Parts: sequence; C-alpha cells; structure tokens
Amino acid sequence: MRLLEYQGKELFKEFGISTPKSRMAFSIEEARSLLKNELKFPIVLKSQVPVGGRGKAGAIKKCRNITDVESNFTEVMNKKIEGESPRGLLLEEVIEISKEWYVSLFLNRSARCFSLIVSAAGGIEIESAKNRFILDITSSDDIGDIAARIAGMAGIDGEDRKNFVEFVQNLYRLLCEKEAELVEVNPAALLVNGSIVALDSKVILDDNSLFRHPELTMYEEATELESLAKKNGFSFVRLQGNIAIIGNGAGLVMSTLDMVSDAGGDAGAFLDFGGSATSETIYQALTVISRVKTIQTIVVNLFGGIVRTDLVAQGILKAYVNNLITVPLFARISGAESLKAKEILEDSKAHLFDRIEDAIQSAVQGIKSQEGKAIL
Amino acid sequence: MTSQTYDYDLMKILVGNIGDPDYARQPVIVQGMTGSFGSVHTKLMREYGTNIVAGVTPGKGGQFFEEVPIFNSVSEAISNTNAKISIVFVPASHFLNAAMESLENGIKLIVAIPEHVPIKDSMKVIEYAKERGARIIGPNTPGIIVPGTMKLGIMPAVPFTPGKTIVFSRSGTLMYEVAFNLSRNGYGQKICLGIGGDPINGTNLIEAIEMVRISENSDPIVIVGEIGGDAEEKFVSYLEANGISNRMVAYIAGRSAPKEKKMGHAGAIVYGKYGSAESKFESFARLGIPVAKTPAELPLLLRIKTN
Repeated sequence: MRLLEYQGKELFKEFGISTPKSRMAFSIEEARSLLKNELKFPIVLKSQVPVGGRGKAGAIKKCRNITDVESNFTEVMNKKIEGESPRGLLLEEVIEISKEWYVSLFLNRSARCFSLIVSAAGGIEIESAKNRFILDITSSDDIGDIAARIAGMAGIDGEDRKNFVEFVQNLYRLLCEKEAELVEVNPAALLVNGSIVALDSKVILDDNSLFRHPELTMYEEATELESLAKKNGFSFVRLQGNIAIIGNGAGLVMSTLDMVSDAGGDAGAFLDFGGSATSETIYQALTVISRVKTIQTIVVNLFGGIVRTDLVAQGILKAYVNNLITVPLFARISGAESLKAKEILEDSKAHLFDRIEDAIQSAVQGIKSQEGKAIL
Repeated sequence: MTSQTYDYDLMKILVGNIGDPDYARQPVIVQGMTGSFGSVHTKLMREYGTNIVAGVTPGKGGQFFEEVPIFNSVSEAISNTNAKISIVFVPASHFLNAAMESLENGIKLIVAIPEHVPIKDSMKVIEYAKERGARIIGPNTPGIIVPGTMKLGIMPAVPFTPGKTIVFSRSGTLMYEVAFNLSRNGYGQKICLGIGGDPINGTNLIEAIEMVRISENSDPIVIVGEIGGDAEEKFVSYLEANGISNRMVAYIAGRSAPKEKKMGHAGAIVYGKYGSAESKFESFARLGIPVAKTPAELPLLLRIKTN
C-alpha cells in the first residue's frame, strides 16, 4: 500500500521527522480559509495522488498569493495523473533551504535486507543520479553507524552529519515499527539553521503485515470492486481496456495479459482467483467482472490438473442464466471432464478452446468486428 | 554477488542416496496437516509417493489423519520420525512461529506454502535458517516436485513427467503450464522448484541452481520468471561470473503489466526500470539465453537450442 504524501508526512511527524508546515484542502473554499487563518505565503499546491511524476505533470504549483491559488487550485484538483484523480491538495509553506539530498530506505530484494540510498543531488530521479551511495543494513548493523558511514561518502560533515544521522535513524525506526517496504524522502532539505526537513514523502507499507497495524488501516483505500475482490480472496487490478482476464494464479493471468496484448487486445481487468477453481469461485469472479462497465468480452485461462472443468462450466452457465454477465466469454479450461464442460456451455455465449492462444484470438477478433459494426 | 554456497545438495535431501533403504522415501512432516488445505494436499502427496510420516497440529496430538500420526509439537514429531523435511500449511500469520520451531528442532528443508506472510517474518526465518544450515523454499510457493518420485507441494501431478529438464519458476500455475508443455513435447523433468511469488524468497534462482548441483553437461534448465525485483538480472550475472553455460531457456510473465501495480503476486510490481520485463530481457539477451513469448513456445526454443 502506497501512502499519499500527506499521510507519509503524518507518520514522519510521529517519528520526529520535521516537515514544512502544511494542511490539506479538498475545496477552494477550504484553501481560502486555510490561507487566511493558518498558512503563510508563498506556498506550494501539491496534488495528492498515489503515483509519481507530479512535478512533470504540472500537479505541483508554487503560489505567491491568493490570486495564484485561485487560478491554479481547480486545474490541479481536476488533473488526473496516470488515471488517478487527486484525493485532495496539500498546501505547504515554502521554506528557505541551503542544500537538498535524496534519502531512502528500501527493501533490497536480492540481498534480502533493507538498504540505505543517499545522493547529494535531491529532487531528481534516483535511477539517473550520478553521485548515489548504497549501503546494506543487515540485522547485526547499527543504523547510526551505517548512516554516519554513508554521510561520510556523500560529503555530509560536521554538525550536519550529526543531524543527518538522527534523521536517518528516525526514518529507520518508522520503517521497522510500521513494517514499510520503502521510506523515501526526495528531497530532504538542509535548512540554513542546520535542521533537516522532509519536503516530500513516499512510504510503501507491507500489505501482508497490516493485520499487526490496526492504526494504519485508516489509510487503506480500496474501491468497492477491490474490496469485493479482496473479500473473496481474489487479486484484482483495474486496467484501461475492454477485455477482462480471469485465471487461477498470478503468473498465468499475467502471461494471458501479455498474449492478449500481443494479439492486439486491450485488457480492462486482471483477476487472479487463486489456486482452486470451483463453480462458486468462477461465479464470484464473474460477479466482480460484471461490475466493470467497460468490459466487452471475457477471457478465462484456467489451468489445473485437479480442476473439474464441468463444475467450472456450470458456474459460467449460472452467470449467464442469472443475467450476471451478457458479454461473450472465451475460455481455455484444462482439467478433467472437458467434454462435459463443452456440452454444458454449448448454447451459451461461452466458447471453450483447447489452447489459450485460440481463445484469445477469437476474443480479440470478436471485439474488433463489434468495433467495425459500430463505425458502420 | 554474494551467494551462500554451502554443502547443501537438494536432490540428496529430497530423495537420498541410491542404494540406501530409504532411497526416495525420505521422511516428511506436515505442519498444519489438519487444516482444509493441509489435509487435501497431505492426501495427494501421499498418493504421489511422498513419505509423510507425521503431522503437527497443537492440541491434536495422539490423533491420526489418513493413518499418519499427529503430534502437538515439531520436536515430538521429529524425535519419533527423524524427519529433516517439513512442509508448512499454517495460516500466514502463524508462519513465523511454525518455521522457527522447525528450524530449532533440526529441520533442514522447509517448504513454505502460505501466501501473505509479512516480509519481516520471512526475513527472520530466512536468516535463522542460514544460521542453522537449513533452507526455506518460498513462502508463497507451490513447492517442489521430483516427477515420478515425490512431491512436496500443492501442484497437480498430471502435468509433470519424469525426465531430465530442470525448471525453476517464480509462479505456481505457470510452473504447471510450463511442465505440461514440456511433457507434451518429450521434455520430462528432473525437478521443478517453485521460487515463490513474494518479494523475499527463502531460495532465489541463484541458490536454486547451486542446490541442484548442475554439472557442465547437465540437462536443460528452464527459468520461469516474472516482473518485479531483480532476481533474473542477478541470476544472469551469476551465470556470467561463474562461466555457467548450460543449455537454458527462459520465460518472463507480465511484460504488458502497468507500472506500480501489484499483479497478483506481492512481488510482481515494477518501479521505473527496476523489476521491468525489459530489464530482464536485456539480461538474458546478454548471455544469448532465448526468452519465449508464450509458455507454449518454451519447448520449441529448447529444441532449437538442442539442434
């Protein structure tokens, strides 16, 4: 779960990490009142979206006075980035800084530990940074020592180093106590008075540890569909296109997604319903898909030696009979009793294939001929 | 590249030495045997030939499941059976305790089936396993199968046939799909091992290849990867650094997935170039390892590599 900037900053404050004075506004009226009573110009308006690239997208605007705010607020509030609408705007006071760094603690998957990355160039994309330093933090390491070492490498000396070490220690405490996968500050700013302030925050929490952190569940943001999928134990990702892809197993569904895209199709939903497939699981999966209004066709790829395909076919038939779905469905369901499955679905809008490639071909052709008709 | 090369021969742990009375009958305990998932798969593993000697379910000691005795603790199960292998079916929130108990009591191989284990717990278990000279496969793995001999996991038996090909897969169902395609084209398998779909794996691709102890003329290796992390990239660097040039083909799932979205597996997520399919393709291309466009294409690529 990726937190919004302001949520990450709430956690920062809890762990003694300074941030500039800021407040959230959800409407221009709120913004006006905050700027009248609580915040001082100049400020920045920052779109609160759970994706990167806000600066480039024009979703961060500096405002020197209320006129700037009036002319920018609605524009930023209405600007979608990668399909994400802002949850609100953060109004943050601009502070004078003397230096910027990039600081992050991230899960180093291949080293199976957390690593600290610091770059003397803050505010840039870290992948392209030249002067970046990385140290692994093993369980026997002291984070203070690691922070001091990396400070030395990055040329952070004297009193600054002391503050820097404390800053990293606080970030690390947050990482461990809240079980985050990533805590990134880009940039961290050194102020003229020597203190260090987090100008931005990117915090990604480990979804699987949330059961130990009831205090963090208020940040959980699931659409109605995602909640419904989760309740059934499915993984669901909404995509931009019109073909729903359903299967058992994340890798298999990803593989199907790739093949659909190769065939010229455009996936609109990714649904992995996990290992076992019964008439009930496929029905529940189709229930989730039926709520995605843009879906025009469904591709099912189900692999299982112990799956009874006739039971799956019954689940699909039930979805048609109950009018849960009306769009065509193209499936490859490998398993026992596949002839029976074909019989069950004979008169329905579901078509069974032996090879997933053929199912996808037919699904994509079906969509293209529909589109052709629409143009005529 | 830091890899933990130590004296660990996975095939020997799984099947033992030819000629020994317990060859291919290595004792296995099941933690969480009486749960709905554990019980179904205990039955299926036994049908396949796996020598399941005990189950562990606290509070159910003294009972039997399918003629297999159940114990309250791992230590009781081990002192009665001498097992060195445990397969774990407990819920994710109980995995840490279950795995630590196994390791403390001398288990050398844990197959960790549960999905949704917190990263912190996986890290603790893996670190402790290292201290104890033990290995974790998973979490979030379908397990390991030595076709025709034994299976430690939840994979269906049908797609797998005995043979020489080695399969390492980061995805479960794709491992079955790939094995099915290999089997159909005459490529039986020596071992298929599920790495697991989590960001942190007890055994990564490098350790998997070390543990299986391939020799220069070893038989083909099939790598089934997916987006997320840098396991494939590190694996290729390892092959390069160690001059390993065995016959190998690969498949990577998820090249059309959007960035920063978890695609079903906790570990299948791309951040910028980190974890992207392109980055993995580039790595494999550097060593001339062909990457299939679909799982069905893998045996065809193997055939080309053979000729």
